[in-house]
Amino acid sequence: MLKVLFFARYRETLGTEQLDLPYHPDLTHLEEVRKTLAKQGGKWQVLNDTGLMCARNQELVELHTPIQDGDELAFFPTVTGG
Amino acid sequence: MISIKVQTAPFNVGIETQLAHQNNLSAGALVCFSGFVRDFNDGRNVRSLHLEHFPGMTEKSLQKIAEEACARWPLLKVNIIHRVGTLNLGEPIVFVATLSAHRDAAFHACAFIMDYLKTRAPFWKKEQSAQGSVWVESKDSDQYAAKKWQESRTQKENFE
Repeated sequence: MLKVLFFARYRETLGTEQLDLPYHPDLTHLEEVRKTLAKQGGKWQVLNDTGLMCARNQELVELHTPIQDGDELAFFPTVTGG
Repeated sequence: MISIKVQTAPFNVGIETQLAHQNNLSAGALVCFSGFVRDFNDGRNVRSLHLEHFPGMTEKSLQKIAEEACARWPLLKVNIIHRVGTLNLGEPIVFVATLSAHRDAAFHACAFIMDYLKTRAPFWKKEQSAQGSVWVESKDSDQYAAKKWQESRTQKENFE
């Protein structure tokens, strides 16, 4: 199982902050997870945002980062702290 | 020598500045940056700010940024405070203090930490104004500012 978290504008648009996604060997990288969710269409297209950032197990990574079963993933808009 | 605080409670910039220097007789230089809630942004009169973050990852990413600053410059102390939740006009949002024997390292490290914090730490600002509430858009200038540190990996020896 993969735990997927959403923050800020994505969380609001999707109306959810977290979902569990059954792990599948085809989900090799974060990009595959993003594409799988985005192709559901409608509100999920927010994940096609050009400013999308992502994390794997609470570490900032790129979409081409490999993933494993049990990972906690997160998708969020470009950060604006400070 | 690294202190990271992510908190909803307000803090006093003057007190934090004094604390950052306390008990460090080898420190010749203290540089502090404070960021505040501003009343105007992108043509909107801002009433207040809400800061969302990613609990757990936020603290880890700030720690990592502080450690990278310590690897690049000879620092005696790095203190970072960042608030989350609802903030009113004029209140401090962020505080970064860098302490070093000499000013060059402290100046550079403080700027580096802020540039990385703004582009890598998982915080998101939402502004409340008379027109409603909007998520703050990221600025390209922040991305460029962070990128320049990757291009010029300043070596620690230069400042010793």
